[in-house]
Amino acid sequence: MIWDWDYAIESLPALLRGLQVTLLATLLGSLLAFALGLVFALVRRSRVPVLSQLVWAFVEFWRSTPLLVQAILIFFVLPGFGITLSPLTAGVVALGLHYACYTSEVYRAGIDAVPRGQWEAAAALHLPRSRVWLGVVLPQAVPRVVPALGNYVISMFKEVPLLLAIGVVEVVTVANQLGAQTFRLVEPLTLAGVLFLLISYPASLLVRRLERRVGVL
Amino acid sequence: MIVFDGVEKRFGDTVVLSDLSFTVAPAEHVTLIGPSGSGKTTILRLLMCLDSVTRGTIRVAGQELTGDEKRSRQVRRRIGMVFQQFNLFPNMTVRGNLIEAPTRVLGLSKDEANARAVELLDLVGLREKIDEHPSRLSGGQQQRVAIARALAMRPDVLLLDEVTSALDPELVAGVLALLRDIGETTDITILCVTHEMGFARDFSHRVMMFDGGRVIEDAPPERLFTAPEQPRTQEFLKAVLGR
Amino acid sequence: MFDNLGLIVSRLSEGLSTTVIAAVGGIALTVVLSLVAGLGMLSPVAVLRGISRTYVEFFRGTSEIVQLFWIFFALPALTGFQIVPLAAAILVLALNHGAYGGEIVRGAVQSVPRAQYEGALALSLSSRDRMLRVILPQALVEMLPPFNNLFIQLLKSTSLLSLVVVTEITFIANSLRAALPVSEQLTVYAVLLLMYLVLSLLITAGMRWLERRAAARLGRTRATPRINSRLHKEQAA
Repeated sequence: MIWDWDYAIESLPALLRGLQVTLLATLLGSLLAFALGLVFALVRRSRVPVLSQLVWAFVEFWRSTPLLVQAILIFFVLPGFGITLSPLTAGVVALGLHYACYTSEVYRAGIDAVPRGQWEAAAALHLPRSRVWLGVVLPQAVPRVVPALGNYVISMFKEVPLLLAIGVVEVVTVANQLGAQTFRLVEPLTLAGVLFLLISYPASLLVRRLERRVGVL
Repeated sequence: MIVFDGVEKRFGDTVVLSDLSFTVAPAEHVTLIGPSGSGKTTILRLLMCLDSVTRGTIRVAGQELTGDEKRSRQVRRRIGMVFQQFNLFPNMTVRGNLIEAPTRVLGLSKDEANARAVELLDLVGLREKIDEHPSRLSGGQQQRVAIARALAMRPDVLLLDEVTSALDPELVAGVLALLRDIGETTDITILCVTHEMGFARDFSHRVMMFDGGRVIEDAPPERLFTAPEQPRTQEFLKAVLGR
Repeated sequence: MFDNLGLIVSRLSEGLSTTVIAAVGGIALTVVLSLVAGLGMLSPVAVLRGISRTYVEFFRGTSEIVQLFWIFFALPALTGFQIVPLAAAILVLALNHGAYGGEIVRGAVQSVPRAQYEGALALSLSSRDRMLRVILPQALVEMLPPFNNLFIQLLKSTSLLSLVVVTEITFIANSLRAALPVSEQLTVYAVLLLMYLVLSLLITAGMRWLERRAAARLGRTRATPRINSRLHKEQAA
């Protein structure tokens, strides 16, 4: 009895509920990473002394160290300093903060890809700074960064399972729980892997198509 | 209208302009000619505050350009610029390009800015393209829109930086005709960098020959083109005119 | 707060060799798998292309943690055969990152100008010599910056081994946490993060050195400008 189809089918509903949590964490984590990454990119570009160096140092440090450790730090250690978060919230914060370090680089590359002439034309029309950014630069930079951001969303999706270390009941946690109850881990774990493949592979094909349309940064 | 007084501009160790002084009268059309790298474009960029001077002062309408930021902004607003590469905003339609600055900077209402845009597109002969995106236009059409965009700010001074250099040869004539038209029907002060010697000749009141960051000859076009005094000017004209 | 700093550092250091072995072993095997998969995807033989592409898409598409748990927990249940944990760990790290590396190799080889193939062809070089002596040395320069990122990703992934009870540094930090007061827990994780930072800086320093050497061999004084290099492993695809 290597593979038990009945058991596999039986475990599917629970796994799908776990997958919902995985997707929710990915969605919220991505939104946080998109927003925070833009803030990081703009602060670094602003060249405000000290502040932009601090952000640079943080980004370099945070993306060189493991997300798992960061999640554990946020969930288990911060409560000792009066910051208590639920597992899902802590997980979303960890994902968002870690991926913001990547997305800030994406935005930076996207902003750098806006030709100098666009800045100069905006200056020659005496547009105020806010309009230069909101009216001219970002509308041109953002479409270019969409595929790269899409790749990070897929990447994040596949990293959500490490939040099992802080008790987020996502799909791999569910698989482990089922395995512990029945002493059969093969079916739920394999199905979990298949679910990841079923979502991330089509998503990455979609991103590759987008890349062909708008170009790779 | 424009006064350069002892202006020096360096990029690192490279001296681009050295001890440059000249004045341009209101409504005067001045063309800057000379070999590439002689500093012509830098003059336009300094006036537009895209670069800043290393030494010396630039005055426009009596107001120093650097110095007090707030007051110089008032003066800068009266200067418009057209670029070699058009630099239209690709994320906006032609209309968007034309009304952006008048509404955001001059505080015109949408309707006023729109009326102004339509009037200017009539002038440049592209009224039917008002809702197109710039990428759908030919180079010549894009440059005419860029000229209209600069004019929409009702500038007192217009800077033209090699505006036909990026165009296919057959599109050059249309843009130059438009500029002549603008030159004749307005009293805008125009500073123009160009390699089109025929245009320089009949468009400008004055031609300044640049070499090595200095003005080596400054004369009305009829004299500079027919009887240049400086050997460098003679050489340059011979090279570009092919005779 | 720093009362036990010395103790914390020395306890964490006990796991350092395991982390380093997992990372170095994983990197070595990743390089092999990347080259095999990358060149496989460019092979004229359709079957080889198919196998390589399937490997790459499979290991990129399923989550690394699922792969880790599968090899550690499901495979022994299926086969009754338990691999040595550290060896299994290295295998998973390499299988996963080798899939990303395969795309890096493929992309870099394809970025070598077509004229270089034709030049080598015109000299009647064998297909093996064309690849080894002409194409790969040029592609190598393009590969190194994205591989730097990939190796740092791999280093960070070694922390996942704590979830399958391999006693590397994150595992030790987690077990220290339970025994220490709140204020010192922060010290534990600060030291832990710094250890990862130092290791990743070492990887970067090594890769920069290789980049300079590879660029010098092509007679370039500086590596080609690159935007991609700073992005995540997904970007290499």
